[in-house]
Amino acid sequence: MSNRKYRVTMLIGCLAFIATAVALVLIAFEDSVVFFFTPTELQSKQINPERRIRVGGLVEDGSTQRGPSDAEIRFKVTDGNTSLTIRYIGILPDLFREGQGVVAQGYLHNAVFQADEVLAKHDETYMPRNLATAIK
Amino acid sequence: MIVELGHMALVIALVVSVFQTIIPLYGTACQQPRLISFACPAAIVQFTALVLSFGSLINAFVASDFSVANVVDNSSSLKPMLYKVAGVWGNHEGSMLLWVLILSFFGASVAIFGANLPEILRARVIAIQGLIGASFLTFIIFTSNPFVRMIPAPIDGRGLNPLLQDIGLALHPPILYLGYVGLSTTFSFAVAALLEGRVSRSWARWVRPWILAAWVALTAGITLGSIWSYYELGWGGWWFWDPVENASFMPWLVATALLHSVIVLEKRNALKRWTVLLALVAFAFSLLGTFLVRSGVLTSVHSFAVDSQRGIFMLVLLSVTIVGSLFLYAWRAPAIESSEIFFFISREGALITNNLFMITGATTVLIGTIYPLFLESISGEKISVGPPFFESTFVPLMVPLILAVGVGPFLTWKRDNLVIVVKNVFFATVCLFMVFVFLWGVPIGAMFGLALAVWLMLSVLTEWAHRVRLFRVSLFSSLSRALVLPRSAYGMSIAHFGLAVFIFGAVGNNFYSTEVVRYASPGEKIKIAGHTLTFQSVNAGKGVNYDSYVGKFVMENGQVIESERRFFPIEGQQTTEVGLCIRPLGDIYTVLGEAVARNKWTIRIYYNAFVVWIWIGSFLMSLGGLLSFLDSRLRIRLQGSCAIIR
Repeated sequence: MSNRKYRVTMLIGCLAFIATAVALVLIAFEDSVVFFFTPTELQSKQINPERRIRVGGLVEDGSTQRGPSDAEIRFKVTDGNTSLTIRYIGILPDLFREGQGVVAQGYLHNAVFQADEVLAKHDETYMPRNLATAIK
Repeated sequence: MIVELGHMALVIALVVSVFQTIIPLYGTACQQPRLISFACPAAIVQFTALVLSFGSLINAFVASDFSVANVVDNSSSLKPMLYKVAGVWGNHEGSMLLWVLILSFFGASVAIFGANLPEILRARVIAIQGLIGASFLTFIIFTSNPFVRMIPAPIDGRGLNPLLQDIGLALHPPILYLGYVGLSTTFSFAVAALLEGRVSRSWARWVRPWILAAWVALTAGITLGSIWSYYELGWGGWWFWDPVENASFMPWLVATALLHSVIVLEKRNALKRWTVLLALVAFAFSLLGTFLVRSGVLTSVHSFAVDSQRGIFMLVLLSVTIVGSLFLYAWRAPAIESSEIFFFISREGALITNNLFMITGATTVLIGTIYPLFLESISGEKISVGPPFFESTFVPLMVPLILAVGVGPFLTWKRDNLVIVVKNVFFATVCLFMVFVFLWGVPIGAMFGLALAVWLMLSVLTEWAHRVRLFRVSLFSSLSRALVLPRSAYGMSIAHFGLAVFIFGAVGNNFYSTEVVRYASPGEKIKIAGHTLTFQSVNAGKGVNYDSYVGKFVMENGQVIESERRFFPIEGQQTTEVGLCIRPLGDIYTVLGEAVARNKWTIRIYYNAFVVWIWIGSFLMSLGGLLSFLDSRLRIRLQGSCAIIR
């Protein structure tokens, strides 16, 4: 094989490789990007119950209830206008407190948000990124 | 007083670093040996000044000098001594000071241990180190000064985030920084080579120990960080694809690519421009990491906006470095002559494959990490990119890479025959299929991943056996061959074996871990992954600066696992101390949640399969790098360098 031909083959190989990688990235974005909403935004939107989303807001005072079954917790988050009930099974993060900001990740079923992950603010000066803008 | 001395030393370091940049560069430009020889002493003086400065900050923390704002914000008199010291780098200002301290450490190391380098190259490397140092020292003095006084001084400090009061966090940042900042040296070498307009095989030999040093520290640092998050955060996982983790992982990927391409440069005098470019990119990634973590842009746009001075300063620094070095590259790289033809089936072919996959991998991680930031700043749409993204992009890219890792070391340079190679890995491949058959019926990913890990282990061992001609000559002569194999050969084998162990652990962990979350009262039994734990009791306890509840779990063999919930009154924060029973097949990991009723607690128990192999594999990789670093063949003297000094 001549040098030139060899280089061209190598180049095509590399391009094909990069194209594969780009395709992988795009497909992955389609499936795995998680959008963030505030409870008010959720009201006006039709969200596919199969779609994983994030919801953020402040935990409403006095809204935390423990369910009868295993480690089930219900609480409400609010953005000042609308509140949304969140159901979560598990141990809440150490920094979870009423009146503080949280972000929950999960699925919306019939106006109840089934969270599989709850993130609380990291320290006194930290607020989940999306929340800071949501509350303002 | 001591604080003022430290502050002064910091300013002196800045002044010295400016001279350290200008004088040697001017000296090399107009060939003045006296100006060139200014570089080494300047680097050592800068390092000494920063040691004094950092020492005085440590002193302020140890002595709990609450007239210093940084101590007030991050320490308290009640804190245990170890964490008073670790608190120095547990905050923004202190950790930036540690960053430049390590930067100047590398500059001084080049001055002290670089006797084998040509004078001009060394002077340029030190000058570039000085330039980076000068920028960061300016950043510290004007936006993040740790020596700012607080008057009147409060009686006690606000304490350190309890999550950071841990031995893992005392060790993790300095070691990680050694790696991060160590890449500055390779960056400086690359810039010096571009200024010189030539890259030689000797250059590859000179720069390789510095790449290895940075890589070893980076690997160990990331591993320590992963271990820390595993037992301190209480989420049961070991890697979350969190932006902060990615920030350290991206430079690692590029540094790994660099580590391999520089071998091609050394052995085949090829891939010159590419290697130089990688050296520039590796440091750009580590600056990007520093920017992401330190500017506050990740934790919240909010904090970025409040303290935009820092973020913007770093962004400018980052852009100037990237644009400047790429400009220099575009201008000077064509001067570096390089013409090599590669054949895919050859050692260099395998190493290039490594580079291709590592860089593509780094790019996908980069996209996943910064795309949400871009999208939010442009369209205001808020998204998060989590583990599923990285698992479906990064992980598939690693599969062909692993094949290349297994096959590559068997290949000869220049051109090899695929048939011979296939013969070489035949045994390992047969075993691969046996593992397949053995694991038939388990999830396909687990089957594939575990088999690949086993295949890699076997091919690494086979390669070693080839080197010592095991079973082909007498056992004794094999043994004597094994003893004289160069350290770098062992380094490679151990690092690759470590990778295999890591993959084994990571895949196994992904597929065989389970968890149980429930309410439980003391006395109840909990079944998980074939084990039965008894939730025995919860007692109140007290630590130096916290109160706690200690939950006791007992394994069926009588082993006690204790898990704590701590409350830190000074910081007003709660933390979870995980209970761990480490086993080769899988850790039992217990978390005590809050009390839901009298004598009823939420508990969460994880069975984290094979997790210990993840750490062992990572440390083996680091150890392999260390062995290569210690290879005496890399310590060549001034041989062949006369040709470089023009």
